[in-house]
Amino acid sequence: MSELSVNHLLGIKHLNAEDIQLILDTATQFKEVINRPIKKVPTLRDITIANLFFENSTRTRLSFELAEKRLSADVINFSAASSSVKKGETLIDTVNNILAMKVDMVVMRHPNPGAGEFLAQHVDASIVNAGDGAHEHPTQALLDAFSIREALGTLKGTKVAIIGDIVHSRVALSNVLLLKKMGAEVMVCGPTTLVPKHMHTLGVRIEHNLQTAIEWCDVANMLRVQHERQDINHFPSIAEYRAQYGLTMDHLDALEKPIVIMHPGPINRGVEITSEVADSKHSVILDQVQNGVAIRMAVLYLLAEKRKLNNGK
Amino acid sequence: MIKREIIDARELNIALNRLCCKLIENHGDFTNTILVGLQPRGVQVLDRLVRLLEEGYGVEGIRTGALDITFYRDDFRRRTGEHLQANTTRIDHLVEDQKLVFIDDVLYTGRSIRAAMDAILSYGRPAKMELLTLIDRRFSRDLPIQPDYKGRQVDSIASQRVEVLWEEVDGRDAVLITEPNS
Repeated sequence: MSELSVNHLLGIKHLNAEDIQLILDTATQFKEVINRPIKKVPTLRDITIANLFFENSTRTRLSFELAEKRLSADVINFSAASSSVKKGETLIDTVNNILAMKVDMVVMRHPNPGAGEFLAQHVDASIVNAGDGAHEHPTQALLDAFSIREALGTLKGTKVAIIGDIVHSRVALSNVLLLKKMGAEVMVCGPTTLVPKHMHTLGVRIEHNLQTAIEWCDVANMLRVQHERQDINHFPSIAEYRAQYGLTMDHLDALEKPIVIMHPGPINRGVEITSEVADSKHSVILDQVQNGVAIRMAVLYLLAEKRKLNNGK
Repeated sequence: MIKREIIDARELNIALNRLCCKLIENHGDFTNTILVGLQPRGVQVLDRLVRLLEEGYGVEGIRTGALDITFYRDDFRRRTGEHLQANTTRIDHLVEDQKLVFIDDVLYTGRSIRAAMDAILSYGRPAKMELLTLIDRRFSRDLPIQPDYKGRQVDSIASQRVEVLWEEVDGRDAVLITEPNS
């Protein structure tokens, strides 16, 4: 089997283990491509992709745009700040206007959970969810899985602790869903106020002590405290959060075995992770960024292949 | 489905030896040459040729690579039925100003070779590109591409499939023609 079972990438929950395996394997080949002297393949030269960002993003937007250009797709960019959305246009009207210019695929980030699924039901384009509110961020979960597989060789049986602000994180949910599908063991760790109550229903361990979490895990995925999404205070102060959940070199030096440190970025240095840890040999944070381009190339390539020319597309 | 053996192990071995001799005539000690197997089946031919060149003809230090052409194919989004999965590309040597020999098992329409020429240019500008194919399905080309070295020529029609078997993977050395049931 080497075709995705889905026509859109809306969330990890719609993918099966074979889809995930195919995306990771295809990304391995694209990682080789982006390390060539000429880092470009002609595959998507007849595809036009619109990047619609209704919410701020730097690395995800750049990563998608680079992936699209490395595949030779034509790219148009759109951000809500400079658009007709401000003038009252609906999402479907905005997107249909863009599609009228013969766009094949839409990469969308939107503050509302489920925005991608809504769009997929109403417009004729392949939709890639680049983050919808606190719901899902599937390409981040895929690149995290790719980075774990690259560092440790396998996902099956690997113990992954997701540490920090779980409740506001789409990265956490997509990661949990993906890692469970691929046979990894997952723990979430954070203050009680930042771990959602329903979390145990996803079959993950819940831990509130950082030391216990890092002693248990092979991989620690450190999440950022999302101040911008917090309308109330979930913990007394940054200093207290740092004291309880900030990962330091002392933590790592005291461990019996080395663990892999990941972070989806942007890093709050000195809060959830110290600079020494972020820049240490345990950290694969910059590998994650490079892998992000390869994963997005794989996703776009595999979804484009589903849009057969003989279907009138 | 009817399968017919058109080349047996002994004939295949003779063809491989002849190809080795021709390569040595043109490339000497292979100093500036890189042999590039096309994924997936060309790599089998490459491995066998390299083994023969080293063990049978005493050539040493042959540089090789494997090239996957999936992302360069001209039938992307046009293929139906069979799905292709990208394979490993391994080009560990600088190709700039080197003599490359593409190696594949069966040359049919020539479209894979066009894609391979496109793909390899991402690594630099070779001094020369040549094509070696174990089987040349003549009179079936869609593009103006011809092999520089060919093991055997085979006459076949479009509905037939030509398949090369290798002892290492398939249990025996042979070339088969598969005919669909009429």
